[in-house]
Amino acid sequence: MAKDIEKTVTQAAPANALEAPFPTKRMLLNLGPSHPAMHGTVRAVVELDGENIRSMKLDIGFLHRGFEKSCENVTWTQVFPYTDRLNYVSSIMNNVGYALAVEKLCKLEIPERAQYLRVITSELHRICDHLTLVGAMGLELGAMTILIYTMEGRDLVWDRLTEICGARLTSNYARIGGVARDMPDGWREKVEKTLDQVAELREEVGKLLNRNRIVIDRLQGTGAISREEAIDFGYTGPCLRATGEPYDVRKASPYLVYDRLDFDVPVGSRGDNFDRYLIRMEELKQSDRIVRQCFEQMQPGEIVVEDYRYVLPPKPEVYGTIEGAMAHFKMVMEGIKVPPGEAYSYTEAANGELGFYLVSDGGGRPYKIGVRAPGWNMLMGLPRMLQGKLLADLIPTFDTINMIGGEVEQ
Amino acid sequence: MSKAAIQRLKERFPEAVTETYEGVGGDDVAVVRKESIRDVCRFLKEDPALRFDMAPYITAADYLGSEPRFDVVYQLYSTVHNHRIRLRVGVPADDAVVPTVATVWKGADWYERYCWDMYGIRFDGHPDPRRLYMYEEFEGHPLRKDYSLRGRQPLMPERHVDESFRGPGPAGRD
Repeated sequence: MAKDIEKTVTQAAPANALEAPFPTKRMLLNLGPSHPAMHGTVRAVVELDGENIRSMKLDIGFLHRGFEKSCENVTWTQVFPYTDRLNYVSSIMNNVGYALAVEKLCKLEIPERAQYLRVITSELHRICDHLTLVGAMGLELGAMTILIYTMEGRDLVWDRLTEICGARLTSNYARIGGVARDMPDGWREKVEKTLDQVAELREEVGKLLNRNRIVIDRLQGTGAISREEAIDFGYTGPCLRATGEPYDVRKASPYLVYDRLDFDVPVGSRGDNFDRYLIRMEELKQSDRIVRQCFEQMQPGEIVVEDYRYVLPPKPEVYGTIEGAMAHFKMVMEGIKVPPGEAYSYTEAANGELGFYLVSDGGGRPYKIGVRAPGWNMLMGLPRMLQGKLLADLIPTFDTINMIGGEVEQ
Repeated sequence: MSKAAIQRLKERFPEAVTETYEGVGGDDVAVVRKESIRDVCRFLKEDPALRFDMAPYITAADYLGSEPRFDVVYQLYSTVHNHRIRLRVGVPADDAVVPTVATVWKGADWYERYCWDMYGIRFDGHPDPRRLYMYEEFEGHPLRKDYSLRGRQPLMPERHVDESFRGPGPAGRD
């Protein structure tokens, strides 16, 4: 390599040096695994020709912590905290996805109020996820203000989620057969006020970005992918919808109570970064609508199924009756007995289809848990999206695909 | 959900499709011989009545002690007809090689690398058959049921500084 450089430098300059082609050579640039613009720890080996990306190879696995192996060695209930750490920005969505998968195997129908509570918390987390994306994107394009506005909105929502589930970041709310607890008193009013505040911040961010010359120059037309190719790569979520394909699991195969809610699925046309950003901004609005409708529609009622093979009995029964004590003991020591079989259950998480492929051998522990992380396919297609494009396009593209290391690298 | 798809598949490949059943929650499942998985997939993708144009998830499972030992599981989805199907391919331990479908759907690429990394199932004809998460020197395949939970990996020799600093990446990974 040193010799190559010498050769380049010592080349005699031609007489008409101004018109002579500038001698360039291909350069191998190692971006990451630890770089402020590489979310998580992804290593990208970029082969540059001048400023253009000739080819790009991704090297993942730096955050691999054996999610599936860990899950195979704990009870079905103990998997929940692990799912929180998949997509740590919207953890309740992972809880819900996993709980639905186990309930599919158990053929368990959960109470209506629990379904509404799951939708509300999921949609609040969708708001968090999209706000984080917009903020991080703004930051990496040099607009610190955006990050501060969106973080303010996200923390407001997180405060509400703390009130309902007790944790700010690794919030753990869904359970097999229902949810952990009901809404605290006055929570509905607080959430509606928070949504108003978030809407205000969202409008502000929209005004700052949507018609901003620099943002449009950086986002419009960069990182584009065609509809056919996006489908071929297995893109889902906002990244697929930006290309014009209106696939949304909430509409295509509704789960929970999504079929009773009125919301739109925004669709883009160009499949570029700007479309992906606009779709997220629109989905913020739709999630807001969904949460408000849920509050209108939900009725008081049970929040877990009353089947003590799947749900812990209430404490007075545990301490007062032998049946309660036995059920509690069996469930804690041996775990829920999930009927043998295999199932694939999928939900629409913030970034796309979140799937769980579960295999049960009838014991208290999962035989296999496979996680279909939405970011996986988007990351896979990243080199294709950037081939021949400028290095500077890599940063906003990496932002808008919103790859989350926790779920992709498991 | 898509009984018609299963029916059509059975008619077209009476030899290759060994079993079909309705799984939990009404999922349609077909068990396919591994030699013909690529032809089956290509047919499923290209047939106008089926059009499974997306392979959202491919994974494997290790049923240690039963025959065939491994199972490669393909979840397919059609954005055109909004239906799904699941294909299962049994893979014996002594011949853990499956034809790749990365040539059918680009999205299958990393999933197959994942199956090789975690379960040690090779995909014949895969364009880039490296491990996905682990490093090349890693010994064994962690999601196999006989992989020790508390085992340790041997230390690997230090790579020469030239290779990792100047070269095309550590140990030729890239």
